[in-house]
Amino acid sequence: MDLEKIREAMKESWGDLPGFDISEVVSKPYDPELGEKLYDPKKPMANRITDIGPPYFEQFFPEVIKKNYGKWKSHEIVEPGVIKYTSETGDVVYAVRCGSPRLITTDTIREICDIADKYCDGLMRWTTRNNIEFHVETEDQLRALLDDLKGRKFPGGSYKFPVGGTGASVTNIVHTQGWVHCHTPATDASGVVKAVMDDLFEYFGSHKLPAQVRIALACCLNMCGAVHCSDIAILGVHRKPPFVEDDRITGVCEIPLAVAACPLGAIKPATVEIDGKKIKTVRVNEKRCMFCGNCYTMCPAMPLADMDGDGIAILVGGKISNRVSAPKFSKLVIPYIPNEPPRWPSTVKVIRKILETYASDANKYERLGEWAERIGWERFFEKCDIPFTDKSIDDYRLAYDTYHTTTQFKWSVHTDNL
Amino acid sequence: MADVKKHDTPQCDELKSGPWPSFVDDIEQKGLSGKQACLDLLGQLELSYTHKETHWKHGGIVGVFGYGGGVIGRYSDAPEQFPAVAHFHTIRVNQPASKFYSSAFLRKLCEMWDHRGSGMTNLHGSTGDMVLLGTTTDQLEPVFYDLTHQMSVDLGGSGSNLRTPSCCIGKARCEWSCLDTQAICYDLTQTYQDELHRPAFPYKFKFKISGCPNDCVAAIARSCCSIIGTWKDDIRIDQEAVKAYIGGELKPNAGAHSDRDWGPFDIQKEVIDLCPTGCMRMEGDELKIDNRECTRCMHCINVMPEALRPGTDTGATILVGAKAPILEGAQMSTLAIPFIRMEPPYDEFKEFVDKIWDWWMEEGKNRERFGELIQRQSLQEFIRRAELKPIPQMVKEPRSNPYVFWSEDEVEGGWKRDIKEFRKRHAA
Repeated sequence: MDLEKIREAMKESWGDLPGFDISEVVSKPYDPELGEKLYDPKKPMANRITDIGPPYFEQFFPEVIKKNYGKWKSHEIVEPGVIKYTSETGDVVYAVRCGSPRLITTDTIREICDIADKYCDGLMRWTTRNNIEFHVETEDQLRALLDDLKGRKFPGGSYKFPVGGTGASVTNIVHTQGWVHCHTPATDASGVVKAVMDDLFEYFGSHKLPAQVRIALACCLNMCGAVHCSDIAILGVHRKPPFVEDDRITGVCEIPLAVAACPLGAIKPATVEIDGKKIKTVRVNEKRCMFCGNCYTMCPAMPLADMDGDGIAILVGGKISNRVSAPKFSKLVIPYIPNEPPRWPSTVKVIRKILETYASDANKYERLGEWAERIGWERFFEKCDIPFTDKSIDDYRLAYDTYHTTTQFKWSVHTDNL
Repeated sequence: MADVKKHDTPQCDELKSGPWPSFVDDIEQKGLSGKQACLDLLGQLELSYTHKETHWKHGGIVGVFGYGGGVIGRYSDAPEQFPAVAHFHTIRVNQPASKFYSSAFLRKLCEMWDHRGSGMTNLHGSTGDMVLLGTTTDQLEPVFYDLTHQMSVDLGGSGSNLRTPSCCIGKARCEWSCLDTQAICYDLTQTYQDELHRPAFPYKFKFKISGCPNDCVAAIARSCCSIIGTWKDDIRIDQEAVKAYIGGELKPNAGAHSDRDWGPFDIQKEVIDLCPTGCMRMEGDELKIDNRECTRCMHCINVMPEALRPGTDTGATILVGAKAPILEGAQMSTLAIPFIRMEPPYDEFKEFVDKIWDWWMEEGKNRERFGELIQRQSLQEFIRRAELKPIPQMVKEPRSNPYVFWSEDEVEGGWKRDIKEFRKRHAA
């Protein structure tokens, strides 16, 4: 459908919603007192607007995007970070992609707005991987924008808006909150990402790899960052069973919920005596604990964070695209690396080793997981110089699906001494 | 310098150097310009770098009146040291579909957030919302009033709600999109506002919409209901452009491999031999595709975008049940509907959603994701409840065990039998 028909259809269903055209409301200066004027705690429904959803998308499209909606014909990555799209109408648009740490201040957002105002009619977008994209229509504008972006740095010397993340590169790391803002993490997020991206920076702004490499970080097994289908996944893991705060548990959580939270049935109700008083609590069968942290999610009196227990696991070989092979899960190849703030050198080193081994060995177009499957996982461990341990053997649900039930295997360092 | 207190943060400061944008520098600059919360945030992070443990407390239920989501409570466990982040709640704001913005909108958001919050954000959260990080409980209602009255934008989802739907860039800037992804995303978000704001589900539920099987929003890995564009007719071929790729005039994969010498482009090796179904061949200098055998993996189209394009008879493949590992292990979405037209008002699709939500809300356990319900009660039960027809496309291969749950009405004569009659034929 063309944009006009879509707009008509959406207006028929939702046309009375204020988000359809926010130009007027947004053009008014921000009134810092309006909130207090309109909200009355005694009459909480007074002046309340609800269920209006997001602003309608089309009003933020650059003109060239509006005009060529559904008419794009082809594209070319003219240099790392710059994609030129060509329309059936003959129009072109250059998308310039910049990395961002995702965790950004309003001052940085304003600076992005300044750039958009100067070069892009005040319009911009973000990608699913936290990159910023600016759109320009001519080569001259493109060069001016690129020069401008290159010159913007933080006082410590880092680029504010590095250009890259297209084609066979390492694009921005999708990640979670970590110690900056989460209550269940087993590692930090922003710090690890900064350390890894500093090290892999040359791969962000170039097309040297066999295919795109998607790195993701989740700071605990909840995986808000959904790292489970990434070429390289950095995952925060716990290794100590939860505490049980007997003197606090009944006040802060419901014991049946804490018991039900454990997928392995390792938590049982219990009664203990404190100061002669019988108190209902729980006990954990520690040998059964797989450190998923779900009990802590349900019960604040069962924390499991620990400076020696927590750290990072590395999983590799996942992908999302249906290209050539079906989407794949990432596989656990390193069960634990200690947390090493502020720059996590062991994690950074092993990621570079995996990336460069893949880069030198894989075929063109081959994703990391496709490469590992082609050469065999025994060869992956050998080539990447990663010790294989029993921690990489699945013993959870559907584990049997991962066992090798054939005489076909490769000789590798793992069998050379037999 | 503004009247603020900067903490000693030698470990955080090490993250100022290096080429990748430094969040530490950004936060510190913001703090020095007058935002104590930013400096306290860095101070607390420094403490976490020393202790290697988080200093945020568990939860705390806060929100705005009438909504059961969109705000997540967050409190520091070291409020004396870092009073400006003692309360540091998160607000999820529903992003416009595919995250295009105007500077006017964002500047006003920044002004509001500097006034009522810490000035810290995530652009964006993992699900797609604009995430405002750090404010106090008394500011939550005024923030909500500012968002709805002064910016015409609503909160996103959290908790056991529908989570904010998200989509790829679609036809706005991609020649491969088979769907109007923004329209679908917008319409579903508006249709299900009640489910998005008021928790009524066993657990979270996510919609994600990708325009083609490249799946740039990770719908197949991250959404309970994945809507992925596809086509039924033939891949469009421009044979002249095929020749230009073979002749080296066009760069394969749109120039994605430009910084390494991979040798001259070889269509046999790079396209035809990598086709997962082997449905392509050269006849003379013409590329032929047996489209009936094609599984629409996108590889050939990705490699030769000037020469090949998806067909024009387009719609969506619907897959269901993806999730991260907690609790029963990671799942990817399973094919439910091979092809469905996706045009407003999307009635057929919404009927499907109603059926699967009815099942999940009736049978789902507390905190059981939709994909886990399918695992627990079977794909067959899903097929029955969604009133779908079982087709071989739903499985990788048929089962290898013979333990079929026949129902009584499927068996001739039913299950009621007379043992006496049986014994007349067979002595005990």
